[in-house]
Amino acid sequence: MVTKLHEAVVIGGSAGSFKVLCRLLNTLPIEFPIPIVVVQHVWKYTDGLVAETLNQISSLHVMEAEEKISPRKAHVYLAPGGYHLLFERDKTFSLSIDPPVNYSRPSIDVLFYSAAEAFGESLIAVLLTGANADGAKGLKAIKDAGGVVIVQDPETAESSYMPQMALKMSPAAHTASIEQIGELLLRLTATQETPDEP
Amino acid sequence: MNPVEIADIEMDLLLEGIYRRYGVDFRNYSKASLRRRIMICMETAGVDRYSSLIPVLLNDKDAFNQFMLTLSVGVTEMFRDPHFFLTFREKIIPILKTYPFVKIWHAGCSTGEEVYSLAIILHEEKFLERSIIYATDFNSLSLDIAKKGIYSSEALESFTKNYAETKPGASFREYYQEKYGYFKLHDFLQKNIVFSTHNLATDGVFGEMNIIVCRNVLIYFDKVLQDKVFKLFTNSLSSLGYICLGSKETIKFSGVADHYEEAFKKEKIFRKIKGTHGYQTT
Repeated sequence: MVTKLHEAVVIGGSAGSFKVLCRLLNTLPIEFPIPIVVVQHVWKYTDGLVAETLNQISSLHVMEAEEKISPRKAHVYLAPGGYHLLFERDKTFSLSIDPPVNYSRPSIDVLFYSAAEAFGESLIAVLLTGANADGAKGLKAIKDAGGVVIVQDPETAESSYMPQMALKMSPAAHTASIEQIGELLLRLTATQETPDEP
Repeated sequence: MNPVEIADIEMDLLLEGIYRRYGVDFRNYSKASLRRRIMICMETAGVDRYSSLIPVLLNDKDAFNQFMLTLSVGVTEMFRDPHFFLTFREKIIPILKTYPFVKIWHAGCSTGEEVYSLAIILHEEKFLERSIIYATDFNSLSLDIAKKGIYSSEALESFTKNYAETKPGASFREYYQEKYGYFKLHDFLQKNIVFSTHNLATDGVFGEMNIIVCRNVLIYFDKVLQDKVFKLFTNSLSSLGYICLGSKETIKFSGVADHYEEAFKKEKIFRKIKGTHGYQTT
C-alpha cells in the first residue's frame, strides 16, 4: 500500500472549541511530522494570549500565524483575531482584513478554500464544535480536492450545528470523537516521512 | 496541469491585461486574497472563469470601475487597534510637538476611516493645526468616499467602543452628525487633510514626511512589492521620522530593516535612525 503524503492539517472551530482544541493538541506528540493551522472564532483583538495559553498546555509549539512564512512541522499556527488567514499557492501564509465571511473574521471557509487549492489531496481538515455554518463549504472544497476531511461527531460536540452543517455537505467525511480524531491524525501521518523543511 | 494551475494562468493574464489597459498594477499583490475578491466580481458578472472577465473589463470602462469598487469594499474601521491610537496620542505626539509643523502621509487610506481617527487624536492633543495629512489611495472611488466622510451608522457602536479605548478627550458624538442611518464627520476634521490618488505599486516619492502611516495595506502585497514600498517609504521619510504599520506587519525582514529601530514593538511603530531624507536610487 502506498501511503499518501500529508503536508498539513487545518482545523476549524467556533467559540467554545477552545477546550476541545486543548484536548486534541494534548494528544499529539512533540514530533508531529507536519504543521497544524487553526482558525478559531475569536473576539477581535487576541493579543496572542490564546496562542500563549495553548503553547503552555501542548507539547507542540503554538503561535499566531504571521504573513509570508512557511509553516513548519510540529508547530501550531492560530489565525490572529481580526484577520483572515489564507494559504498562498507556495504554501506560505497571507493575512487579510477583508470583510467577515459567515459573520466571522477569521473565517474557517476562507482558510479551508485557500488550503484546498494550495495542497489538494495532501491536506487533512478537521472541523470541531460550533454554532455557525462557517467551515462547511470549505470542508467540501477540501473533500472535492481529494483531501481527508474529519468532522467532530455531533453527538460529542458542545454545539452540534457546525459539524452537522458540514456533514450535510460532505456526508462521506469521517466523524469521530476528539480522542479518535487525535488517533486518526497520528495514524494518517504515522508512516510518512517528514517533508523537507522549507 | 491541474485546473488550479490553469486558473492561475488565467488570473495572471487578467492582471496583465488590467495593467496594460488601465495602468493599475495588481500583479504583485498577494494572490490568495485577490482571488477571493475577483471571484465576487465573477459572481456578479455571471461568469465562472477569470479569463471570461478579460473581454468585459478591457472593453467596458464602467465594468472596470465597478470591478474596482468591488475590490475596495470596506475593509477598514475607525480606531482599529485602539492601543495604536493611544500610543500615538501619548508617545508620538509629544515628540511631534518639538517640531513647528509636521507632514503625515497616510498611505493606502482606503475609505478614510483611519485618517479621520488620526485627525481626531491630533485635534484632541491640540496639534491638528500644525499638521498636514496627505491621505492617499490608488483607488479614486475609495477616495471619493473618504472625502465625503460619511459612513453607515451600523458601525457606530464599534467605532465608539474603539474610540473609548484611546483615553479620549471628548465624547465621540461630538465629532459627527447622524441622519437617516448614516453619520457624517464634522468638516473641521478635514481642514488639514489632503486627499490624493497615489499608487504604491507604481508611483514615487512626493515629499518629505515626518510620519508615514500605512496599516494593513502591505499584507495585501507580495514580498517583492513590500520591499519596493518599504524603500519608497524610507526615501520619503525625514531622519528620525516614524513608520506606523498594522499589528501583523513588520519592516524587520525587509531590505531597509537596518535603517530602523523598533520604537513601539506591539504597536508596530518604527523609527528611522539611519540614512538621510530625499530621494535615493539605492
